[in-house]
Amino acid sequence: MEEKWDMVITPSKNLFDIDIKGIWRYRDLYRMYVKRDIVTVYKQTILGPLWFFIQPVFTTIMYIVVFGGLAGISTDGVPQAVFYMSGILFWNYFNACFTASSTVFMTNAAVFGKVYFPRLVVPLSGLTSNLVKFAIQFVLWLGVYLYYVFTGVQMSVNWMIILFPLLIAMTALFAMSWGLIVTSLTTKYRDLNMLVTFGIQLFMYATPIIYPLSAAPEKYRWLLQLNPLSSIFEFFRYSVTGAGVVDWMMLLYSAVCLVISLFFGLVLFSKTERNFMDTI
Amino acid sequence: MSNVAIKFEGVGKLYQLGVMGTGTLSHDLNRWWQTRILGKEDPYLKVGQVNDRSTKGTSDYVWALQNITFDINKGDVVGIIGRNGAGKSTLLKLLSRVTTPTVGTIKARGRIASLLEVGTGFHPELTGRENIYMNGSIMGMTRSEITRKLDEIVDFAGVARYLDTPTKRYSSGMTVRLGFAIAAFLEPEILVVDEVLAVGDAEFQKKAIGKMQDVSKGEGRTVLFVSHNMDSMLNLCQKGILLENGTVKYASTIQETVSYYLQGGSRDSKYVAGEKSSSKNLFVKEVSLLGTENQQIGMYKFDEGIHLSIKLGKQSGFTVDSKCVLGVGFYTQNRVKMCTFEYLISEAAEKDGEYTFDLKLPSCIFAPGDYAFDIVLHVPNVQILDAVREICACKIFDNGTDYLKYNGVNNGLVVVKPEWNVG
Repeated sequence: MEEKWDMVITPSKNLFDIDIKGIWRYRDLYRMYVKRDIVTVYKQTILGPLWFFIQPVFTTIMYIVVFGGLAGISTDGVPQAVFYMSGILFWNYFNACFTASSTVFMTNAAVFGKVYFPRLVVPLSGLTSNLVKFAIQFVLWLGVYLYYVFTGVQMSVNWMIILFPLLIAMTALFAMSWGLIVTSLTTKYRDLNMLVTFGIQLFMYATPIIYPLSAAPEKYRWLLQLNPLSSIFEFFRYSVTGAGVVDWMMLLYSAVCLVISLFFGLVLFSKTERNFMDTI
Repeated sequence: MSNVAIKFEGVGKLYQLGVMGTGTLSHDLNRWWQTRILGKEDPYLKVGQVNDRSTKGTSDYVWALQNITFDINKGDVVGIIGRNGAGKSTLLKLLSRVTTPTVGTIKARGRIASLLEVGTGFHPELTGRENIYMNGSIMGMTRSEITRKLDEIVDFAGVARYLDTPTKRYSSGMTVRLGFAIAAFLEPEILVVDEVLAVGDAEFQKKAIGKMQDVSKGEGRTVLFVSHNMDSMLNLCQKGILLENGTVKYASTIQETVSYYLQGGSRDSKYVAGEKSSSKNLFVKEVSLLGTENQQIGMYKFDEGIHLSIKLGKQSGFTVDSKCVLGVGFYTQNRVKMCTFEYLISEAAEKDGEYTFDLKLPSCIFAPGDYAFDIVLHVPNVQILDAVREICACKIFDNGTDYLKYNGVNNGLVVVKPEWNVG
């Protein structure tokens, strides 16, 4: 008689086994994680959610003074506030998603060590809760943007704005897949953590955040274009300001990079999640 | 359709000891090279040693569990017993999918929820209510399920007043109670419980044990239970599995498993005379503790009487003094004499050979605890023919006296029902 079992636990053999059904079943947990992330950040603060605005505003002012004023880096003719803030928003979102994903195993070891649920719920919820923060900050940016438009600065939204959701999704998934790779590789050997903490800061300068791609010398531009995030940010800026270097081949290149990273990220993560409690 | 709820088939778990550092990387590379590239067997599976934590081994790899094979039927409440480091928690971790086995297969039917440590995943900044939802969903409940049970959970934990206060303001007891309450109202087919009852005050413990009993008895769920508290094990479980150094040492009913464990597997509940005493004229040949079906046990419920079966041997031709008695001393584990019993044996011992004397102690008198017997054959004030001391160690466990709620606090050696007159 063929016996039916609801669950069979064996030593891992499959390269790729992600419990999609399980993730769907735990969607309420996903929701709770998102809520927790958002609610707990500014608990016991007087200004509360206002802090969501304060951080990008001050950073923008700082960038205007340092990069725009002192260093005199071009912004492709876009008002500095609009230029820097959009960069900061995107970068913050990327950075927050990456940080959340890259520390999944370390920060959740206590819970993961006690109960089972599809571990991917946690990084996915990180993307979502950060997206909410991004959306709130985006409203602020929109205000700044509209202000400049009404004061007569020539910026035109073009049809490429429809790419916006795709660009956001790509940013999030890049952050997650790289984060998953890092978190999987650091359960046993912590070396990579050391590299990542300062590496991510340096990486920002290798991405057109505080400067437009067009400001880079022709000779070295390809180097920056190797960075798959570059075209994502450039496409966004172009879609709302009409300024920037857009190249469909580069976006395709980014998409291919994303698929590869995502594949490696998920494989490593699903391989690690089964036994990481033994080595962390 | 078979009735098996959980099936372990040759399950083993290899752990790496020592510090993870540069050295382990070379092992990992070697391992990866051998298994993935050359397609050979993992070389470190062979060097794994039996997990005996007190002796120093030569290998950095130990089997926390090895060759574990057993079935658990649906509706069984199984206690897993063993010393610290015997592999109990590893076994539960494998079952609750926190980590995976190195070899072997575990199969299960039905949703598994584990109560490995209550309060897991509580976020200190979230309120009690938010944490109930958070914790419930970690355990696999859906939102609507939790909403349905919210009142029951709050009521059981007794935190109604603090429901909208962050849990960081809770006393540690309240946190634990809330954690237990959430888990207790889960409705999985298989529940895995690790040492959760050792928390909270006496009143809450009684409540928790009561809830566990409802869960296991009334609702037909399969429960795996780990605890060092033998009394609660005996009360809650039907079957027992004894683990020792990562292997199944013994598996039977809970009573037999617990007594096997308490006696260290060697000191039996049975005494058999050695060569030296067998040469005496009259001697104690065999003493055993019997259960209700005359099977050997070392464990009695409070409302079961201890049954001691004593076999005497006599050399042929020896005449037993007419005043000779069989004396039985009943002691606590700490050698406090509870009482003595004696029986004039001369009449019974007239013919040669063996004689069996069955002694049944009354039930519901001796307080739950550990006891042992002395047996002396003597002519009062004249001569001792044979004496055996501290044999037949046994345990009386509490299956529901008024003192159960005090959780092992000494309440005297005997339990009697007095008459109360209130004026």
